[in-house]
Amino acid sequence: MLGFGAERLRAYMNRLLALLFHQGVLDEQFLQLQQLQDESSPNFVSEVVNIYFHESEKLLRNLRGLLLDREFSDFKKMGSHLNQFMGSSSSIGAQRVRNVCVAFRAASEQSNRAGCMRALELLECEYCYLKNKLHELFQIEQQRILAAAVRYPPVQHPINNP
Amino acid sequence: MGSDCSSVVAEELHVLAVDDSLVDRKVIERLLKISSCKVTAVESGRRALQYLGLDGEKSSVGFDGLKVNLIMTDYSMPGMTGYELLKKIKSSSNLREIPVVIMSSEKVLARIDRCLEEGAQEFLVKPVNLSDVKRLRDIILQGYENDEDKGYQKRKLQDLSPTSSLARDLTPLKSASASASAQQSCLKRPRL
Repeated sequence: MLGFGAERLRAYMNRLLALLFHQGVLDEQFLQLQQLQDESSPNFVSEVVNIYFHESEKLLRNLRGLLLDREFSDFKKMGSHLNQFMGSSSSIGAQRVRNVCVAFRAASEQSNRAGCMRALELLECEYCYLKNKLHELFQIEQQRILAAAVRYPPVQHPINNP
Repeated sequence: MGSDCSSVVAEELHVLAVDDSLVDRKVIERLLKISSCKVTAVESGRRALQYLGLDGEKSSVGFDGLKVNLIMTDYSMPGMTGYELLKKIKSSSNLREIPVVIMSSEKVLARIDRCLEEGAQEFLVKPVNLSDVKRLRDIILQGYENDEDKGYQKRKLQDLSPTSSLARDLTPLKSASASASAQQSCLKRPRL
């Protein structure tokens, strides 16, 4: 029964991934990360992505702080944060987030405060969506691993009830 | 790999990776490990120079005694850029033969030209992938083999003697083909 669950979970994961690729939320770089994961580094993708989340949230807070300063918006500093955000987003394959950063940076280069505000809101939105979907992906993956493990209990040993 | 292995090809390259982004350091570290390279990852040009012994401290060998066979550095870093790091390395008699690869998420031709002129082995557009790393590793290893073919003293990738005269004896590593392969790689893969 639980083995059947593992297969369904895998199919769900694949559909979710396909959707994210189709939407352009993720690109081929994410696939590259998955290929770097193996038995010697079984949590590689989630480790890198969690670092990305941590760094991104700091950058988003900084960007918001810079824009909310009505007296003087340090556009140059915004550009520097955006370069970082762009770089790390492209490193994990977060294509849509990266694209919004590009537009945001263009607005900051023109010192266009209104444009930057709009871009920031869009960026927060895209980031939020990405984070939710990736969390979902990792949760399903965890469940799938558990389900697959229970399906094949060790043969000669008594099964310990959890 | 065992130190009694006499074949240069079977030994591992030791790569110094320099990037201010933790995400990118993790990724490049993994790419290199999967490609059978030893990795030391640092977060800034300054730290890289410290590791290489170029900041005025005594040793010209890294903290753990491993000689660096390749340096891969991000271009845009706060403080010292990858370009500035490249210049410092190329102006050091001890270190100028170590190939330096610049990585950047932006393909700015002026930037690429500047780096190649300063002696960068290659300019890679990020995100770097496994085939980039494997290709680099093969080029660097091939360079060591070529040195042997030319009748130089057989040199191991890891020369643990702190004052290596071998490094000074050898001519710069394949400068012509370095720029040829660099032109190939830096103009590939238009992202977005």
